Amino acid sequence: MNYGAWKKESQRDFWAKALLELGRERKDIVVLSADLSTSVKTSVFAKEFPERHFNVGIAEQNMMSIAAGFAASGKTVFASTFAAFGTGRVYDQIRQSIAYPEMNVKIVATHAGITVGGDGATHQIVEDIALMRALPNMTVVVPADAPETYLAIRAVADYIGPVYLRMGRADVPTIASIQDDFKLGKATVLRDGDDVTLIGTGVMVSRCLVAADELTKEGIDARVLNMSTIKPLDREALIKAARDTGAVVTAEEHSVTVGMGAAVAMDLAENAHVPMKRVGIPDVFGESGDSDELMEKYGLTAENIIEATHDVMRRKGGAL
Amino acid sequence: MPKHSRELIGKLEHEALKIRRRLVRMIYQAGSGHPGGSLSATDVIAALYFHVLNVDPKDPSWVDRDRFVLSKGHACPAWYAALAERGFFPIEELDTLRKTGSRLQGHPDMRKTPGVEASTGSEGQGLSNGIGMALAAKLDRRSYRIYVMVGDGENDCGQTWEAAMSASFYKLDNLCAIVDRNLMQLDGPTKHIMSLEPLADKWKAFGWKVLEIDGHNFAEILKAFDKAESVKGKPTVIIARTLKGKGVSFMEGAVAFHGKAPNEEEYEQAMTELGGEP
Repeated sequence: MNYGAWKKESQRDFWAKALLELGRERKDIVVLSADLSTSVKTSVFAKEFPERHFNVGIAEQNMMSIAAGFAASGKTVFASTFAAFGTGRVYDQIRQSIAYPEMNVKIVATHAGITVGGDGATHQIVEDIALMRALPNMTVVVPADAPETYLAIRAVADYIGPVYLRMGRADVPTIASIQDDFKLGKATVLRDGDDVTLIGTGVMVSRCLVAADELTKEGIDARVLNMSTIKPLDREALIKAARDTGAVVTAEEHSVTVGMGAAVAMDLAENAHVPMKRVGIPDVFGESGDSDELMEKYGLTAENIIEATHDVMRRKGGAL
Repeated sequence: MPKHSRELIGKLEHEALKIRRRLVRMIYQAGSGHPGGSLSATDVIAALYFHVLNVDPKDPSWVDRDRFVLSKGHACPAWYAALAERGFFPIEELDTLRKTGSRLQGHPDMRKTPGVEASTGSEGQGLSNGIGMALAAKLDRRSYRIYVMVGDGENDCGQTWEAAMSASFYKLDNLCAIVDRNLMQLDGPTKHIMSLEPLADKWKAFGWKVLEIDGHNFAEILKAFDKAESVKGKPTVIIARTLKGKGVSFMEGAVAFHGKAPNEEEYEQAMTELGGEP
């Protein structure tokens, strides 16, 4: 599938830009890093506001619990590291110090999913959405492209409470149809259609749009929903889409067993019985490689979404 | 160094005795809890709440208050008793410890209990919480102080040492840690589970001012807190040598009472030893 026409931009750069602006506008913003400030781009904030940036070294447990102490003192805290080290490595610190007491801490994770590429499985967390989604009080956000990352960072800064926001390392296609009205907890329809709904999150939203264009050639009119908040899930938009189109495909750069697709499946099982198929990483760890090649190898392409669509369309036809 | 009056020490001893009575009663009524580590921590907590801390029970979230974090959250019955005696919530509420719907959870919950500054229980996180508070105080140029009590068993936790290293790196002289060195943890004596000595040398090596005291002697406790406040450029840790179960003979040094409530007979004996029911 050709993405040549899409402009690609860095989510990390847009996060850094939003954070810097927030730092200029608000004195209550404090930023924590764990020896990855140049990789996660908090170094941009640190350069202008060294007194409000704390690099605690390779000590993520300490970072998360310090973040809670800052929040308990009235600060809005951004704690940033790789997704693997900002979730699984510190699950208990997030659980007890941040989520349980509802501390105003934003965990901004970069390098999520397998598009990390060469670093391999130790650095490619595929279950971070599951871990964070499991926590009471936690909001989970996965922006689709770089401009939406900027909007999402602005939005979570205004929201009081714990947030997990994940993005990848690789540049991602910028999606022209994403508007400037990002709202936490709201899915947006990027393309209307009546035959099937493709629900994407993160980098897979662009794949959904490419797949939808291809499906048009087959006479299939696909709706594309950008599920940029995974928790709380926009149940209203989901159920409406399922009822309007009668079939659902989800797509995420995350383990397919426990991520956004699983959350959607649970809601559909209870609220709207339509044929459904999940596209995502199977129940395996990642590996080193080129990120585009890994996306193909692990089934994260527009072709995979088209195949899944064929499957739900067949079942939808059978059900009718 | 100001010498503390006999009256003050007498008052603190009296408050500590009341706290001991109340916490044993609370745990007895709850049918579960951690009397050993609560009793060892009681005198330091009494000194904090009845002399050292600048807090306002009528305004628990007053921005300039001193903060106390009980990292060894399982000792919260002593904390709750001190908070109630100090007027943060009604004394009668102590009887609701660990009961369904109570504001007094089995481990501290900062969202439920007035005066509780951090949610703790899973060990090793409280010192880091306190560092965040101490850094915030420095950032805001406020002069309040932060006190964190850690159990000696929490010195097993890697995070405690991550925190120790960073507190001295950030020169947090507004932070004072107290190690409740009761020599015991859940499974037995600390020296058999995971040897901590030379503990004072470890904290010194991590850049802290270290004070070693008898954690049941109020003159030493108060002197140590005064000294900690005068230390500039680095955090202070007070290693308080204490006795697990202090004040109740059959709980003293007894591993069994780390996390077990007394039965009726034991409760009555404890109350006799502590001078009667609260």
